[in-house]
Amino acid sequence: MDILLQSLARPLILLRLLASLALLALGSPANALPSAVIVPLAGDDPDARSQAVDAITSSGDPNAARILAALVDARLYLQGESAVFVENDKAFRVEDGASAPVPAGEAIIANNRLRGEADAALSSLRLFDPVFEVRMAAAKELASSADEAQRDALARALAGKLDPKVRALVEVALARIELQSPEPAKRTVAAHTLSVSDDPQVKSVLAERMRDEADPDVRQAIGAALAAIDRRVARSEIVARVLTGISLGSVLLLAALGLAITYGVMGVINMAHGELLMVGAYATYLTQDFFRHYLPDMQDWYVIAAIPVAFLAAAAVGLVIERLVVRFLYGRPLETLLATFGVSLVLAQGARSLFGAQNVELSNPSWLSGGFELSAALVLPWNRIGIVAFSIAVLGLVALVLVNTRLGLYVRAVTQNRRMAACMGVPTGRTDALAFALGAGIAGLGGVALSQFTNVGPDMGQAYIVDSFMVVVLGGVGQLAGCVVAAFGLGIVGKFLEGWTGAVIAKILVLVFIIVFIQRRPQGLFALKGRQVEA
Amino acid sequence: MTRRTFLKSAAATAALSATPLSSVFAQSSTIKVGILHSLSGTMAISETALKDTALMTIEEINASGGVLGKMLEPVVVDPASNWPLFAEKARQLISQDKVAAVFGCWTSVSRKSVLPVFKELNSLLFYPVQYEGEELEKNVFYTGAAPNQQAIPATEYLMSKDGGGAKRFFLLGTDYVYPRTTNKILRAFLKSKGVKEADIEEVYTPFGHSDYQTIVGNIKKFAAGGKTCVISTINGDSNVPFYKELGNQGLKAKDVPVVAFSVGEEELRGVDTKPLVGHLAAWNYFMSVKNPQNAAFIKKYQDYAKAKNLPNADKVVTNDPMEATYVGIHMWKQAVEMAKTTDVDKVIAAVAGQKFNAPCGFELMMDKTNHHLHKPVMIGEIRPDGQFNVVWKTKGPVRAQPWSPYIPGNEGKQKI
Repeated sequence: MDILLQSLARPLILLRLLASLALLALGSPANALPSAVIVPLAGDDPDARSQAVDAITSSGDPNAARILAALVDARLYLQGESAVFVENDKAFRVEDGASAPVPAGEAIIANNRLRGEADAALSSLRLFDPVFEVRMAAAKELASSADEAQRDALARALAGKLDPKVRALVEVALARIELQSPEPAKRTVAAHTLSVSDDPQVKSVLAERMRDEADPDVRQAIGAALAAIDRRVARSEIVARVLTGISLGSVLLLAALGLAITYGVMGVINMAHGELLMVGAYATYLTQDFFRHYLPDMQDWYVIAAIPVAFLAAAAVGLVIERLVVRFLYGRPLETLLATFGVSLVLAQGARSLFGAQNVELSNPSWLSGGFELSAALVLPWNRIGIVAFSIAVLGLVALVLVNTRLGLYVRAVTQNRRMAACMGVPTGRTDALAFALGAGIAGLGGVALSQFTNVGPDMGQAYIVDSFMVVVLGGVGQLAGCVVAAFGLGIVGKFLEGWTGAVIAKILVLVFIIVFIQRRPQGLFALKGRQVEA
Repeated sequence: MTRRTFLKSAAATAALSATPLSSVFAQSSTIKVGILHSLSGTMAISETALKDTALMTIEEINASGGVLGKMLEPVVVDPASNWPLFAEKARQLISQDKVAAVFGCWTSVSRKSVLPVFKELNSLLFYPVQYEGEELEKNVFYTGAAPNQQAIPATEYLMSKDGGGAKRFFLLGTDYVYPRTTNKILRAFLKSKGVKEADIEEVYTPFGHSDYQTIVGNIKKFAAGGKTCVISTINGDSNVPFYKELGNQGLKAKDVPVVAFSVGEEELRGVDTKPLVGHLAAWNYFMSVKNPQNAAFIKKYQDYAKAKNLPNADKVVTNDPMEATYVGIHMWKQAVEMAKTTDVDKVIAAVAGQKFNAPCGFELMMDKTNHHLHKPVMIGEIRPDGQFNVVWKTKGPVRAQPWSPYIPGNEGKQKI
């Protein structure tokens, strides 16, 4: 039987016939899958494996979908002659769906080709899933991958009841198939249908058809569809550039905001700023570990819990640095630079000794994984959206503290004229300490954000110190608003440049631009006016 | 930044200068071997594990009686991911510590930096990482893969029906010598297979790049032109943000598979691999390979990690360069025993043709002439747990072609 199965190419009807013949031969109940169908899946012959997937799909077995899903997720096992699949730690026999002992050995390993075929088969079955998201995902899958094998299933689906959004996608899927129809009229209609799509995969199907198309009417329809898709793709590309620029900008902003206070407002060149980001990121890691051990059910929320933890941890480290090192060096920028540089080495090596030289693993919680699909070509990852929102919130908080609190008032007073502020009874020493701790704490918050999409390791501080100084200097020392404009400006300009020149040249161009800009305007974008006295 | 790096390395030098001092007082009944891997700086992520593997292997050899009746004494130095410092440290190992052989280097640029030292002082280097080829030095043994043992078979697999039948190729790498040379070879290879210039895109990012939004977007756009695969030669920790972005933007392996040449179990430790299932890596060894040698190798390393209390000791993994380090040290030991001396020229002659039962499940042989190992090629798909399923492998070890036939001017060098 197997040899026969393998020797056939894939006309589905024949296979279906064969599969049922196989069932008859083995004397199993109708529509059930014998384990023998699974056996080639565990073998080495790629074509036999692929045919086994077809055999499962076309068997009509009520469990076919569950078996395919199990194959995709590596939950399908073959033990000797009997095949079982596992769902939620319970095992079921493939032949009759009866429960079986949970298998011990290795699951059958699927590769991309099998997974693709199984997914395609599953998606036509899942069009009628009770959960809307599942239906939608299945329809999307079909729209970008449907082929001849699924024509019947799609036509059946369209005849039934479908949500409008799902229906639109299924129509696209069917049009993909119709595009290869021998009748020119049908191809023209299909091209019209496809012109509403913005999926790059659909575009590639159209372009391929265009190459072989002879009929002038169809050519025109395909040309129009391609042009429409191109217009949409070009538009969404500009939107994508701006949005990715904003998200890069908010990362820069979060990294630089703490520095905007310690350097911008207090005038301390804090070379350990990057390491304060690192402290925040490691605090996030420890919070995650704590949740894993003690609150495994709430693991998804560890990031929220990490926000105050990271703030306090980094603020505490900042406070210690200020009290032990920086406070003896106010007004001596070069010494501060060297001393904080030493501190940064101590902190980085400390992290290396405590956590090891390797990066630590931080998983994105499920609500920050995946993305929001604006169009098939443009997905906004949730973690990026989260960071934009978070950076705006932190910015608001900092502005609030600086403008509306006594600490903020003191900080601004000390910034403008330290001696005069001291004469007016401002405790400058404590103000310095608290302001430095605040800046450090905000760097810690930046660390939480960075931990969600970049590497957390002992060297991460180095990667961000340059960017942070760049933003603060460009924005104008002493200005939060300048910091914001500089961060988003650099982000968006950088992303547009990257689109044109590639990442390496873009980075160089941005640095060259900053050098030129600082030469022309050393005070940065926004300069403090008035009688500022250097401390 | 340079000052920063300089100060860091200076600090590291100061911290480590204690190590060679202690060896002055050691008995002469030991044989010293050097371990030259970055323990700080950007490459520490990958190279620290190789240092640990080397120390473990030396401990293992000592436990079984040492070499020529003498114990091995490791001399560990830290070149701190600083390429010129690699040369200095190599010189120190050879002329001050008088080591019999050196095991080390990861990046091609560090290897190029130490080469003149090894040639001048006629010493011996075992290099354990896959690389771009185009090199063959008398003083170096390459236990990692040459391009024909990794890059070329992986690309062939992607073009096959099972690999997805790729027609378009997005070559993405970090901007330095290894990715550029590898992509040059791949471009020539693809052209020889009839792939058009317009169907190949080459993109580079700087070391430590962490924002891959635009690039993943561009991959999607490129994929609109037909069945596409991505061949990634991104090195170091940039891989983590790259793979996170892939997962978040929903680029699935069955639509656009990404095959990586420098991503292994160790690099994936920092990534949530669930959205990455099905993306590929090509190596000559995977931790998931089932055979008695590998089981023993993994257990040995895990026990070693626990005994030495390495960070995250309960979660350590093994990978291809670690296996290559292990094989390299054992082959050196066998060669010394065969030559009955640690004299460099005699050992070099003896290493050729050495055989070792490696954790990859094959008896590996050092080629008699070209200083490269015969290695099996394996292609693995990422599993949800961060390990790899081998989906394709060669029947047996393949001989290395250090001089790629796809680079013009190498035609006469194929016999080497």
